[in-house]
Amino acid sequence: MNAQRANGNGREQPLIRVEGLRVYFPITRGIIFQRHVGDVKAVDGLDFEIKRGETLGLVGESGCGKSTTGRAILQLYRPTSGHVYFGDVDLTTLKGEALRRMRRRMQMIFQDPYASLNPRMTVGGIVGEPLEVHGIAKGKEKRERVQELLRVVGLNPYFINRYPHEFSGGQRQRIGIARALALNPDFIVCDEPISALDVSIQAQIINLLEDLQEQFGLTYLFIAHDLSVVRHISDRVAVMYLGKIVELANRVELYEHPLHPYTQALLSAVPIPDPEIEAQRQRIILEGDVPSPTNPPRGCRFHTRCPLAMDVCREDPEPEFKDAGGGHYVACHLVH
Amino acid sequence: MARLLDVRDLETRFYTQDGIVHAVNGVSFHVDEGETLGIVGESGSGKSVTVLSIMRLIPSPPGKITSGEIIFEGRDLLKIDEEEMREVRGNRMAMIFQDPMTSLNPVLTIEQQITEALELHLGMNHQQARRRAIELLKMVGIPAAEQRIDNYPHQFSGGMRQRVMIAMGLACNPRLLIADEPTTALDVTIQAQIVELVKRLRDEIGMAIIWITHDLSLLAGLADRIIVMYAGQVVESAQTADIYRNPRHPYTIGLLQSIPRLDEKRRERLEPIEGVAPRSH
Repeated sequence: MNAQRANGNGREQPLIRVEGLRVYFPITRGIIFQRHVGDVKAVDGLDFEIKRGETLGLVGESGCGKSTTGRAILQLYRPTSGHVYFGDVDLTTLKGEALRRMRRRMQMIFQDPYASLNPRMTVGGIVGEPLEVHGIAKGKEKRERVQELLRVVGLNPYFINRYPHEFSGGQRQRIGIARALALNPDFIVCDEPISALDVSIQAQIINLLEDLQEQFGLTYLFIAHDLSVVRHISDRVAVMYLGKIVELANRVELYEHPLHPYTQALLSAVPIPDPEIEAQRQRIILEGDVPSPTNPPRGCRFHTRCPLAMDVCREDPEPEFKDAGGGHYVACHLVH
Repeated sequence: MARLLDVRDLETRFYTQDGIVHAVNGVSFHVDEGETLGIVGESGSGKSVTVLSIMRLIPSPPGKITSGEIIFEGRDLLKIDEEEMREVRGNRMAMIFQDPMTSLNPVLTIEQQITEALELHLGMNHQQARRRAIELLKMVGIPAAEQRIDNYPHQFSGGMRQRVMIAMGLACNPRLLIADEPTTALDVTIQAQIVELVKRLRDEIGMAIIWITHDLSLLAGLADRIIVMYAGQVVESAQTADIYRNPRHPYTIGLLQSIPRLDEKRRERLEPIEGVAPRSH
């Protein structure tokens, strides 16, 4: 980024800025001479920003590239092309120690609280590990900090010597959150943090995430497939389909005036807990499945399932992702 | 409507090293012909063990149905022998599971898996069975069924696999279809497809359905009656409209309040059910 904005105040400048982000996973044939025969285009050209203190919701069906996006922002996958700016720093150019130092400021909360905690480590070991790795605290100091973190996420600090299997799913997710908070990060990628939890526990974790955001001024990328949860927690919401963002707007706008046919179909597919409303609802049922990201359809990538597809949608170029007014971005020929 | 299934005071326990798990603890409910019953509950509430008990598919040991009656089409399923039970299973009642990948056999083609039941239960020869299998696949909306029938499960997407499972469940025209979280592993748009499909098939075939889920909102447009389970017991049972409009049990009320809803104004704060469900042993 240019130097003028570098020293500007944090309100104006986005915390995260993603430009033309692409993540391709190569498909190879052969054992010794691995010929490159194609790519899984998991993320295929994303542009968006996340403001400081904001929650950006990222929704889409499985395989649309939302988790890959989260990981590519944190450089857990190195992007095939494009840039990810954290403040002024382009993370895609960093390596080794410089990248490791930036990692302190960005953390991740994982979906599966059973798989993301090492069963052989105690809670103290799990939550304290980042402190040790980054040389922030050890010994008694570390122990105190871990106990404080446990208290912050609503766990009993005396649990410090227990193992993950002694906790329920919701409590484990709290441990994962404590670990993410250990280094006082600015930015946290929450990758489906509640999908593995029981309904009654989900609300506890959502409330906790909201409290922590307020308390520590955190910025979230909240990845989920549950549209009602995303509406609750997000300030702005991006809808992904087959590696691209098809619509991005603030929460109220997106849910009340969805412009993209895919967003409309997604919203209409969400069941509402009221039999009378359900009886009267007109569902948009999408035909078929999501096409393969190895070879996405030409033209608009949604045209194969779109109930409103026109001739122009089947031809290149793809509809452009641009502002339809008031920061409501959409990529659809029907709108532009 | 005639009574199809009557479960009375069912008790299923698991005898483990850590003690006796009271998974199902005196559960009673019924299903009428052609009716859709929703069972809602969280993990560990005993909803899956309940229907596995009805199918007599509880692994034993360590599991055991310790008391109760399961009257299906006038017979107590707990009193008939394994031979007769096999006639009931697959033929009179069928079950579809949550994860269509693990419940299909990966080394058999779709044809082999569907025709097995047809040849076994209905005594069809192979040619008849194959024709019927293609018919079933078409009925559940699988495009190019004539070709796809020779594919293996891994060549199908999650939603398509669940359609295959449903086709297998319907193969012998069962009177009761038990669906154990059949859409939990699927995306919302695919879930909507499957729910529409099951509703259409139900109306065409006229079978009864038990639909198990943890998602109370899903049942609103699907079930005639709903029972709510918690810690191995039925805590509330009512007509679908009453459950949503006038929930009585604090747990049901808690469940309804803890989920954000798309049709309501966004609430500032969600109201969770505090604490953790107690263990059943």
